[in-house]
Amino acid sequence: MKPLQRLQRFFLESLFLPAVGLLLCLLLWQVLSGKTVKTTVRDDFGDLVTVTKRVGLSKDLPSPAETWAASKTYVLQPWAKRGELDQGILAFTWLSLKLVAQGYAIALILGTPIGFCLGLSKSFAKTFDPIIQILRPVSPLAWLPLGMVLFLSVKIHVPGAGAPYTASELAAIFTIAVCSMWPTVLNTAVGVRAIPQDYLNVAKVLKLSRTKTLLKVLVPATLPYMFTGFRLSLGIAWLVIVAAEMLTGRPGVGGFLWQQYNALNYAHIILCILTIGFVGYALDRLMSLVESRFKSV
Amino acid sequence: MSAHLELSQIGKTYSSARGRAVIVQNFNLKVAKGEFVTLIGHSGCGKSTVLSMLSGLQPPSEGAIILAGKEVRGPGPDRGVVFQSPCLLPWLSAFDNVLLGVNQVFPNAPRAERHQVAEYYLSIVGLADSMHRRPAEISAGMRQRVGIARAFAIAPKMLLLDEPFGMLDSLTRMELQQVLVDLWRRDQKTAVMVTHDVDEALFLSDRIVMMTDGPAAEVGDILTVPFPHPRSRQEVLDHPEYSRLRDHLIEFLEVHAHRRKTGPAEAPADTAASVPLACPHPEPTPLPLSTP
Ligand SMILES: Nc1ncnc2c1ncn2[C@@H]1O[C@H](COP(=O)(O)OP(=O)(O)OP(=O)(O)O)[C@@H](O)[C@H]1O
Ligand SMILES: [Mg+2]
Repeated sequence: MKPLQRLQRFFLESLFLPAVGLLLCLLLWQVLSGKTVKTTVRDDFGDLVTVTKRVGLSKDLPSPAETWAASKTYVLQPWAKRGELDQGILAFTWLSLKLVAQGYAIALILGTPIGFCLGLSKSFAKTFDPIIQILRPVSPLAWLPLGMVLFLSVKIHVPGAGAPYTASELAAIFTIAVCSMWPTVLNTAVGVRAIPQDYLNVAKVLKLSRTKTLLKVLVPATLPYMFTGFRLSLGIAWLVIVAAEMLTGRPGVGGFLWQQYNALNYAHIILCILTIGFVGYALDRLMSLVESRFKSV
Repeated sequence: MSAHLELSQIGKTYSSARGRAVIVQNFNLKVAKGEFVTLIGHSGCGKSTVLSMLSGLQPPSEGAIILAGKEVRGPGPDRGVVFQSPCLLPWLSAFDNVLLGVNQVFPNAPRAERHQVAEYYLSIVGLADSMHRRPAEISAGMRQRVGIARAFAIAPKMLLLDEPFGMLDSLTRMELQQVLVDLWRRDQKTAVMVTHDVDEALFLSDRIVMMTDGPAAEVGDILTVPFPHPRSRQEVLDHPEYSRLRDHLIEFLEVHAHRRKTGPAEAPADTAASVPLACPHPEPTPLPLSTP
């Protein structure tokens, strides 16, 4: 009886209820969206002409079926490359993820030590806390133009990596790094401050050197907090890349979205939104898996 | 015999927003090499404070602590500390917790020898089978054993134990007292231990230092325990002096601890000299490593 009940529960909670939610949303979407109607009317000259027009609550919103029809090629040939701004959806996602990875890596490499300094030194915290509090709420949309200016004449060529970085690429990486750094910085600092005095006493009693105390006590004790920061940072990095691509028109999910908006292909906007959501969700799941591994320690 | 450890006129004052609080004052004590001294007193009187000054985690506000001819300035691995809570690093296995200290004290010894030392002490405290488990996966009693193994494994000049068995049930406590006393006799360590438990103090110590209540706690009385080593619990209980000593301790805790002592502190040097320090037990088992 027991395993059967568990199976029932699994079906109810993990399959049935989410499916109901999905269906409700699709229904709402269907109700809101418009549809194309063709009518045959006799015009002023007495000829029969077909007139297409859209009707509905939100006339121009494509219905689920229309969205699928228009997006099929992008989903079913996810790696196709027909042009810079006409690629399969996974090809675009891959381009976006590559930039995110670079900006995110810089954010972690800079953010973690800054967090440690903030947590360890009162005077460091007093010195830099106001600046951090002021820079933290600045939107990616505000950083990006500054990045463009900063990297306008900077040429970075990584040997073996193909074409040199363009200014817009560098600006996007810069913006991702600056915007996604803060959760890592702040969570690491909180984690360092929360280390129980007991652990520090162990280090003191054994007279561990500074580096040993850092590596054997401070870092392991802070890891769970650090990973919470890393997870939040990744979420922000993924938010920023879409905005950065929209502004710079770089090929990627965000760039595609903006281009399709300008081309009045509304179905593709929905495709992009869904892709962004799915990828963001997958990234978050991935990070919380890693995080829970470190939390259980 | 000159004192191995000497506390002279130790005082500790904490200054807080509400003014200065004198926790301990005029604390004098001499401890001979190889002696086991217990600090006993009411909760909050400042026992842990005295011990943390000995370990160097807190500097005394007044007076000086001399260990083996040198003033104690800050913590160091020449004193093995067993904390009131086991204080193991939760991300390391029991073995790695002990090894962390061993590596620190014997940095130049071969890796195999360092591992051998950690394993040796862990198996002495009865953890041979579970030394590779994490602190979260072992019982409180086992964690306290790891703490004891860690303190001994770094070959300290002396041991400082802050109510090491306070949180354990009485069976485990008795078992660990035996482990502690065996290790202490084998390594001939000087030890200072804090406890609440009168019987534990009588079973383990050569001398019992009774502290008056805080604030401004000081040494109220010192009791010499005349039972010869090695002791068995039954012998101690059957000893004709046992109930007299026990009554003395309890009476002090119930009556005298609350009154501030007015006269000068006792002469601990004499008491130290009268401690039966003859250790008739055979040669201690040779260790893989000697003190550096
Ligand atoms: N950092 C501190 N700042 C101010 N007061 C403190 C501090 N640490 C301890 N005290 C005070 O010192 C007194 C003695 O504390 P201590 O921990 O030494 O007591 P104790 O004898 O070990 O008690 P217990 O048996 O309960 O462990 C207490 O009244 C406590 O409030
Ligand atoms: Mg205490």
